[in-house]
Order: sequence, then structure tokens, then C-alpha cells
Amino acid sequence: MPDWWRHGWIVARKDLLVEFRSRTAIVSAIVFTVLVLVVFNFGRDPTAVAAIDLAPSILWVTFTFAAMLALNRAFQLELENQALDGLLLAPVGRSSIYLGKLLANLLFVGIVEAVGLPLFALFFNVPILPVILPLVAVIALATIGFVAVGTLFSAMTTRTRFAELLLPTLVLPFMIPPLMWAALTTGALLAGRPLSEVGGWLRMLAAFDIVFVTLAFLLFPATVNE
Amino acid sequence: MKLVRTGRWITLIALALLAGVFVRALAFTPVERVQGPAQKIFYLHVPSAWCAMLAMALVGIAGILYLFLKDPRFDRFGEASAEVGTVFAMVMLTTGPLWGKPVWGTWWTWDARLTLTLFLFLLFLGYLVLRGAVTDPGLRARYSAVLGICGLVLLPFIHLSVYMFRTLHPQPIVLKPSAPSLPGPMLTTLLFSFAVFTLLYVGFVVQRYALGMLREQAETAGGGAHA
Repeated sequence: MPDWWRHGWIVARKDLLVEFRSRTAIVSAIVFTVLVLVVFNFGRDPTAVAAIDLAPSILWVTFTFAAMLALNRAFQLELENQALDGLLLAPVGRSSIYLGKLLANLLFVGIVEAVGLPLFALFFNVPILPVILPLVAVIALATIGFVAVGTLFSAMTTRTRFAELLLPTLVLPFMIPPLMWAALTTGALLAGRPLSEVGGWLRMLAAFDIVFVTLAFLLFPATVNE
Repeated sequence: MKLVRTGRWITLIALALLAGVFVRALAFTPVERVQGPAQKIFYLHVPSAWCAMLAMALVGIAGILYLFLKDPRFDRFGEASAEVGTVFAMVMLTTGPLWGKPVWGTWWTWDARLTLTLFLFLLFLGYLVLRGAVTDPGLRARYSAVLGICGLVLLPFIHLSVYMFRTLHPQPIVLKPSAPSLPGPMLTTLLFSFAVFTLLYVGFVVQRYALGMLREQAETAGGGAHA
């Protein structure tokens, strides 16, 4: 295993350990996800709009909000006792720190999504089982894309005023393209359309992931170096 | 200061030429057969969209140069270009619906290009908000460079999406693989307008850049009393 990967994993493990010892963030993110799903249920007229028509937007709006919570947390964690300075002084590369944060965030958002998806199917009576594999693939691709950008931006916003407000303002324009493709793909999948029809969107999602993960690795040092 | 005066002159010349664009577009360019007079707005809408895109691209390029060379001039340029780009994006977003209502029958549709240019506008706002939220100049320059570069990279994705959606928005008619399909007089007016808007962009940016420089000087002289 190359060093930078190992160091990245150490940083991620540290974050996850802090998280699972206290469990405040993950529990509140999951509860929040459930609440958003519930709110959506009351936000539609069940006699007028079929759940399946709204399903892609419900799913993706919920995941967007949940991801925002996770992204804010990643570097806020390091503000206390100036832990970020300690992390920067540690003999690990800058890109390993980013990798660690990215992995921890992906796992965090992944767990929230893993809880949210079955609940979404349950609440809105959406048959996800027949398309579960492509659906999970779409969710994974979209999540990687916006978590990569979000992790980079949260490194900048945590040290500014109004961090919680600034992060969504900056990240959302970048989240919209992958979200749009993901929502369209989800809609097509749930409507039972063949996979070949959504190939274009999947390729766009993959291209977005590759470009922005690479870019974030290159740009991250500029956000933390003194 | 010399730079302020240069910027002011460029802007004045561009504004005079803009009046020329108006005259030429209204009086000396044929009326489009299907869309009627509403089509005239095209000569403002498309060039301002071009300037907004150009501004975002230059913000990104200035960001790259800043991160490599650490020259504060690039940061100042990025700031100026972003502010001017915001204005052009706003012109694009107001002229678009004005044309859309008579021609499409709706002010706004969630078509790909509209949605994504709206997000280009929001990207500019985000960039300016970020600049406002960071007080340390070095940190601010680096953060805005990072955001600008990400914005530059987002643009091709925006452009690609346009081709993949079924859309109401007119497809490109000038910059496309085959020859331009715009009739001669219209093309001339459009190209003239492009040149004038670009000049206007340059004039605004030069002025804004000079203003940024003056502000920095004032802040250094005042010992950061307003920080």
C-alpha cells in the first residue's frame, strides 16, 4: 500500500473514531434524513400526485441536505483546540489529509444514504429492489462527485464567518449537474426504462467524478497551507 | 491615476459604440420572419452571455496563475472580472425571459441552458460572498483562486449538458462545426455587438481593477482602520 493511501486511511480512521465514540453527528444526520422524508410525505397531495412521480426528487433532495450536514462537520471537527494545525504538522502529505477527509465523508454520507434509501422505499412504496444494483451505482457515483467538491470547499468555509451558510452557497452550484443527472437516471430506472437509455448520464457522472476528485487533490494544499 | 482614466476612456468608447449597436440592430438589420421584433434582443442577450462566460473563464485562469505565481495582481483581476461577470450574467438573465415570453410563451423554463446559466450567476455570487467572508488577504486570494478554478472546470460540463437535453433553447448557430447559418446582415450586427460587449467588459474590468488597487492602498495607508 503506498504511503499516501495509508496516511489517508489513518486520517479517515481518526475522524470515524471520533464520530463513532460520540455518535452525535451520525445520529442527528440520520434523524434529519428521516424527518426530511416525512416532511416530503406531507408536502404532496397523495390523491393528485403519485409517489413514483416525485420519488427521484424526494430521494435526491433528501440526500443533498444530508450531505450538507456531513460536509460541514468534516473540518469543523478540526477547529477545536486548533486540531487542524496539529494535523498539518503531522508527517503526512496534504493530499493524504484530503484523502482521509474524503473517505470519512464518503463513509458518513454512505451510511446516511444506506439508512435513507430503504426508508424512502418504505414510506413512498417505491419498488427499488428490481433496480437496486444500478440505483446503488448511481447513488455512489453522484455521492463521490459532490462529496469530493464539498470536502474541498468545507476546508475553506470552516475558517470563515457564517460557515454553515457559506458552504451550501458555494457547493450547490457544483452539486446541481451531478444531482440533475442522478435524478434523471433514478427516474428512468424507477420507471423501468432500460439501462442503455441512461448510459449518457452515467458517463457524465463518472467524468464529473474523475475530473473533480483529481482537481480537489490538486487544489486542496492551497486551502490549508499557511 | 492613469489606470482609472484608461478604464474610463475604454468604457466611454464602448458605450458610444453600444449606441451604434442599438441603431444598427433596430434600423439596419432585417426583422426575423418568425420571431418578429422580439428577436432584436438576441443582439444583447448572446453577447452578454458570452461576456459572462468569458469572465468566469478568466476568473479561473487568473486563479491558476495566482496559485502558481502568488502575484496579487491576478487576485485583483479575478475579483474585478467576477464582479463585471455578475453584471453581464444579470443582463443575460433579464434579457432572456424578455425574449422568452413572446417567443416561447413563458418567462422561464427549466431547460438545461437556462438552469445552468442561472447557476453560473450563482457561482459568481458565491465567489463574491466568499471574498466578503474572508478577511485575511492572502487567505482570501487562495480561496477565491480555488473556487474560480473549480468554476472554470464546471463550465465544460455545463456546455456538454446543453447538447444532451431536449431543449427549447435555440441551438448554437454561429459557433458550431458547420458554417454559420445566420443571414449576413444579422451576423455582422451580432459580431459587431460581440466586439462592443467585449470592449465594455475590458473597460469595466480595468476600472474595477484600478479601484481595487486604490482600495488596497487606502487600507495600507489607513492601517486597516476599517478591517
